[in-house]
Amino acid sequence: MGIEFRHVEKTYPDGAQAVRDISFTVPSHTTTVLLGSSGCGKTTLLRMVNRMVDPTGGQLLIDGEDIAGAEPVRLRRSIGYVMQHSGLLPHRRVIDNVATGLRLNGAARGPARSQAEELLELVGLDPALGRRYPDQLSGGQQQRVGVARGLAGDPNILLMDEPFGAVDPLVRLELQQQMKRLQTELRKTVLLVTHDIEEALSLGDQIILLRPGGEIAQAGTAQELLSAPADDFVARFLGVAQGRRRLRTSAGQDGEWVVTDAEGRPLGVVEAPPGPVHPRADPSGSVPPEDGR
Amino acid sequence: MDWILANTGRIAELTLDHAALSLPAVLAAFLLSVPLAVLANRLRPLREPIVSGTGLLYAVPSLPLFIVLPIILGTGIRDPLNAVAALTLFGMALMVRSAAEALDAVSAEVRLAAAAQGYSSWGRFWTVDLPLAGPAMLAGLRVVSVSTISLATVSAVLGVPSLGSLFTDGFQRGIMESVLAGVVMTVVMALILDLLLVLSGRLLMPWARRRA
Amino acid sequence: MNHLLEAWELLIQADTWTGPTGMGARAWEHLLYTVLAVGVSALIALPAGLAVGHFGRGRNLAVLSTGAVRALPTLGVLTLVGLVVGVGLMAPMVALIILAVPSILAGTYSGAESVDPRVVDAARAQGMSRWQILFAVQIPLGLPLIIGGIRLAVLQVVGTAMLAAYVGAGGLGAPLFLGLRTYDYPLLLAASLVVIALAVLLDIAFGTVQRTARRLMRGPA
Repeated sequence: MGIEFRHVEKTYPDGAQAVRDISFTVPSHTTTVLLGSSGCGKTTLLRMVNRMVDPTGGQLLIDGEDIAGAEPVRLRRSIGYVMQHSGLLPHRRVIDNVATGLRLNGAARGPARSQAEELLELVGLDPALGRRYPDQLSGGQQQRVGVARGLAGDPNILLMDEPFGAVDPLVRLELQQQMKRLQTELRKTVLLVTHDIEEALSLGDQIILLRPGGEIAQAGTAQELLSAPADDFVARFLGVAQGRRRLRTSAGQDGEWVVTDAEGRPLGVVEAPPGPVHPRADPSGSVPPEDGR
Repeated sequence: MDWILANTGRIAELTLDHAALSLPAVLAAFLLSVPLAVLANRLRPLREPIVSGTGLLYAVPSLPLFIVLPIILGTGIRDPLNAVAALTLFGMALMVRSAAEALDAVSAEVRLAAAAQGYSSWGRFWTVDLPLAGPAMLAGLRVVSVSTISLATVSAVLGVPSLGSLFTDGFQRGIMESVLAGVVMTVVMALILDLLLVLSGRLLMPWARRRA
Repeated sequence: MNHLLEAWELLIQADTWTGPTGMGARAWEHLLYTVLAVGVSALIALPAGLAVGHFGRGRNLAVLSTGAVRALPTLGVLTLVGLVVGVGLMAPMVALIILAVPSILAGTYSGAESVDPRVVDAARAQGMSRWQILFAVQIPLGLPLIIGGIRLAVLQVVGTAMLAAYVGAGGLGAPLFLGLRTYDYPLLLAASLVVIALAVLLDIAFGTVQRTARRLMRGPA
């Protein structure tokens, strides 16, 4: 179940091949991240799910049903979509922007607005902001509104295209954390596109790493990708090869464990020592990155 | 056709009259507008009065302007100089705005980079601002030249000889060929001047070939 | 300057304005011509411009025809059609519509195109149909430019509608041509001043509408 890509291809009329022979599944109620640098076809894959782009080969199934037969407009109304630049309608108040999807699905104005207010609260915004126009909000606030809009109508699937890519790092971190909290509560089937490795490691239950030319380099959990990169490209992309993500612990001055990277630059200290580790006895003793931060 | 063959001399004469009205007007409009636009671009407080003021000229209908102007200039209504002045004002109504916008559109980054390289304010203007605003200014000038040539025909109803005289004569005497000849000659003259402008643009601004 | 004073004296006399051929009736005719010509042009140009702006096709054709029509002398079209259909309102209407269509067309397609493509993309992603995108996103957000096109067309038509009287129709051109034929400079000037005033008033009115639209579509800053 969930979203299934079966041998999906996309070749544009000018002959440019955006993605080739892509197969993977986004299991229900989990988050899958499409990771890759620009031009690897990740957004193309994302936009196939709500038929903003149609594949030129292969099949795409949602809950076992081929979406090629689905009416695009109706399909889009049943799927949440969050994009990098919030894409909010500048001439409508924030509350009406969030309510747009609900209104498209036939909700009356009153109920749609009160639902939209709840959604604003859900994404951590003061519902009073709903009376403003998008331009009157900060970038981070606009992005939150974008998420609220994506969640309107309680869709099972949420597509997110670089949702936090246009905000500053601090706000991005905040939004990612909020997203994690939301996801434990809402358990949507999320497909998220990003070029930010940290974001992928932090949000993805499953990571699909794409290589330029639109092929899957490796698919798996963050742990699998980090501990067993399939090839040189994966290792270099994730920074394992350069040692950025190969961490070590060593004994600090006061006896606590200091985490360092491969070159010995200290990154932090371990709060709860992971058992009786003997750095000298286990020189390669790597720590899972989650603990290392 | 016979009429046209019988009247080639008159058509040629009127074409020259027409050119004598519209070409000086286009040239004057351009030469007067660019300094105004530069002023608007450099002295911010002057921008609104200059651009809106000349823009307001555009709201003044052409025929009445042909009539009101001689009162101000002291020329006669049927004096070609009057027609040239009116057409110049019209051209400026379009050209000042388009030149000012062209200068505004020169990217701030490029200006900053030029300033950082040590260009003086005016040095930067001649070597950076003006050339970069050139293609957009040329686009404005093309609109002005086509409109002016077309508009110059109106002066014929006031008795100033131009290609428009072929319309008024033709209409009054019921000669369709005369009107047709006038329309064709006006369009041809507009196209030729437009072509000349495009070609000179390519010569002067070879880097803008794709955009212009 | 004497003519100007005499024209002014003419304009402040009540007689000048009353009667079936008075300045009042002529100004009203003039306004009607303008509304009619711009109205018909809008019926043609608005749908065409929206189609070009929405589908992004036919743009080159629209640009090219706009430029080509600009080169077409209105007086030529007027007299040409006048010779074919005879004196009356038909010839000026055709000429004025040909004059007005390109301005409205250009304003409309640039208005529809001016909308941030990311906003259109987001609207599509949310499941808006083509019509909903057009009416809820592209038209409202493009409105300032669309109104700008109509404003330009109104200005051009108000001025050029003077020529209607040249082929036997009414409007403010009638007193103007009368004054021209009889060397009645004050009358000539008076008619010109009324047209100029009408044009400037319409321009101010449309300018206000355009600014209001711009403010509404961006939200209060």
